[in-house]
Amino acid sequence: MSKRVLMKGNEVIGQAAIEAGCKLFFGYPITPSTEIIEYLSKYLPKAGGTVLQAEDEIGAINMCYGAACTGTRVMTASSSPGMSLKQEGISYCAAAELPVVLVNVNRTGPGLGGLGPAQSDYFQSTKGGGHGDYRLIVLAPSKSQELYDMTLEAFDLAEKYRNPVLLLTDGFLGQMMEPVELKEKPASPEVDKSWIVDGAKGRKKRIIASYSLTNEIGEANNLRWEAKYKDIKEKEQRWEEFYAEDADYLIVSYGTTGRISKSVVLNARKKGIKLGLIRPISLWPFPEKAFIPYKDKVKGIVTVELNTGQMIEDVKLAVECKVPVHLYRRQGGMLPTEDEILANVEKVFNLASEEV
Amino acid sequence: MMDKIVLAGFGGQGVMFMGKIFAVSGMVSDLEVCWIPSYGPEMRGGTANCFVLLSDEEIHSPVIDKADGGIVLNQPSYDKFLDRIKTGGVLVVNTSIVELNETRDDITIIKVQAIEAANELGNPTIANMVCLGALLPHLKLTDYNKVEKAIQEVVGAKRPELLEINLAAIKKGIEITN
Amino acid sequence: MEKVFGRPKGLTEVPFSFCPGCTHGIIMRLIGEVLEELDIIEDTIGVSPVGCAGFSQDFFTCDFVGGPHGRAQAIGTGIKRALPDKIVFTYQGDGDIAGIGTQHAIHTAARGERITSIMVNNAIYGMTGGQMAPTTLAGMKTSTSPHGRDLVINGHPIDLPKTIATLDGAVYVASVSADSPKNIIQAKKAIKKAFQVQQAGLGFSFVSVLSTCPTNWGLSPQDSLQWLRDNMMPVYKLGELKVTEEVKNL
Repeated sequence: MSKRVLMKGNEVIGQAAIEAGCKLFFGYPITPSTEIIEYLSKYLPKAGGTVLQAEDEIGAINMCYGAACTGTRVMTASSSPGMSLKQEGISYCAAAELPVVLVNVNRTGPGLGGLGPAQSDYFQSTKGGGHGDYRLIVLAPSKSQELYDMTLEAFDLAEKYRNPVLLLTDGFLGQMMEPVELKEKPASPEVDKSWIVDGAKGRKKRIIASYSLTNEIGEANNLRWEAKYKDIKEKEQRWEEFYAEDADYLIVSYGTTGRISKSVVLNARKKGIKLGLIRPISLWPFPEKAFIPYKDKVKGIVTVELNTGQMIEDVKLAVECKVPVHLYRRQGGMLPTEDEILANVEKVFNLASEEV
Repeated sequence: MMDKIVLAGFGGQGVMFMGKIFAVSGMVSDLEVCWIPSYGPEMRGGTANCFVLLSDEEIHSPVIDKADGGIVLNQPSYDKFLDRIKTGGVLVVNTSIVELNETRDDITIIKVQAIEAANELGNPTIANMVCLGALLPHLKLTDYNKVEKAIQEVVGAKRPELLEINLAAIKKGIEITN
Repeated sequence: MEKVFGRPKGLTEVPFSFCPGCTHGIIMRLIGEVLEELDIIEDTIGVSPVGCAGFSQDFFTCDFVGGPHGRAQAIGTGIKRALPDKIVFTYQGDGDIAGIGTQHAIHTAARGERITSIMVNNAIYGMTGGQMAPTTLAGMKTSTSPHGRDLVINGHPIDLPKTIATLDGAVYVASVSADSPKNIIQAKKAIKKAFQVQQAGLGFSFVSVLSTCPTNWGLSPQDSLQWLRDNMMPVYKLGELKVTEEVKNL
């Protein structure tokens, strides 16, 4: 049974977490993510779970660490400055290979920044925001339905790979209300739980920790994680193509700007400009495969981002610099309109003359 | 087809409520809907605003540069959003407390003495609904019947006693605009 | 022949790796005995910190989790909330719990989290080689207070159990010492009671154990014990600092 309801993006994430069988949520309020902890405080207990407002973000992520060690589905959510505080714990979760689901409702920065939407945490999210060489699986929804579907999936992915999964959204998606179909979650695949700690009853004791006593052990661990990341990179690249097949030019954009860019593409097509869109859905692994058919074909690419140009680096690598890649960006909480993006695309590729 | 609506006023004037009614009117008629409230410090005193998009196809860009229609309930909102109505669009102004110090002749400005109208109906808190009614005939995708359903869904369950007065206010607004 | 002394079942066969004269081993043994006596080895999950106390994960026969420096109590909270019927304890040094992890120490106690924390206080950072700790005494020389802890520059040492005792969620708080047979017997009683408090679900229980660090103090094991008595005991008063009525009735 599913029903179409009007919900705030942050609340959609909360509802999806409940549907996914999340039993524990540890968090600390911060705008514009707070509705997640508020919603779960109200409804998670009714589903047999617990919400604990921690002393701070550091406490919250480490509580997640502890709960995940027991094989319990657990989540935390925050916004950019709070995510900075969590990075230490996230690094430890990655090292201990714990299936924790993280949500970052990206606001602006650096510093305290503002509450508006931003994509300024792209590097932090995709390159390992804490110390050490690790990767999170990062999913970037662009509308409420995806907030729901990807939250559901995040729990399965986290367990499948025993790796933290980050849902990277922004203040706009978090606050906006859109219809969403609250689908029932299909049964999760059986996962191996022979690693959890729940008391050494009738078995040998287990230790979940990440200290490497020798460099040899350290390297073995790094190689094991590297192999896992390679596997994820091979299997979990996700993206959406929109009018890309015959495109002369491509926009690459995710999340809020990804959906705005669809309007840009439609407007361009009306003007006779063969513009298409690649919208990365997994930001790590970055969907390099999406660019294979286009890197020898398209005349140019514009990335549209809410930062000083972060994802553009991954796009340049993906096209092996065979295609000129430009950046159009807004910052500080500002969103671009479809008209200004199209004007920029026309300008950088000198397209005014191509109009029909 | 799409209606892009901007709504603004003092916190407490029912700006978010108007947004909700428009959004739900879209929900009950199976339209695509985006309701974008202001949040954070904007909500703490001063002027609140929200945007609503109604569409009969998928909404890609939810960003409203220029709106088709708007309602402004106080002076700061008028000053701020007068320029955000597209040429040919409609702006409903609560002239009970807003002075049209600047104006535009490429849009339709509907002046509504909303507080007086609400007082005549016996409830000063429904000035927002009078304005909502005044905008309604200028929208493409929603109408009185859809809004009535929305009000029944939003108000009806919790405060049935307020149902009639809200509907009366909307009808009054429609009369004013016609 | 009857065996009258051996390893408690709560400890593994792994030999302690601590420096000669360090009292960590004594304190761990006490916990190992308590786990066995209360028959909770298979129901217990320990949380280790970073520092010398971090080795604890190898020495106990129960499940163990190790995390970041100072975060053991937050991790313990997560485990306990997931498995409320299990016994959860943290084993932390003074730098871990009273320095980098103070916020968790305060809030775990304030919440009355149903876990047990054991703090081993040797007034110094041992693992990193003898730096000043939040518990370092006034005038005490360490590698980061080479002229002695200057209260004007570095402030005063923290008596954590005294602070924790002021919080409503903490129902049993004891300050004990591992320096002498008599005090070791007292220490074991306090540790045992702390676990019993958790078994009864009464609230947060906390035991601070004064300990030596001969290596970083630059003293012989014997002299270290005397130094502890002469210098630490006057500052960190021993005794049961808080025993609520419910705990008394246990």
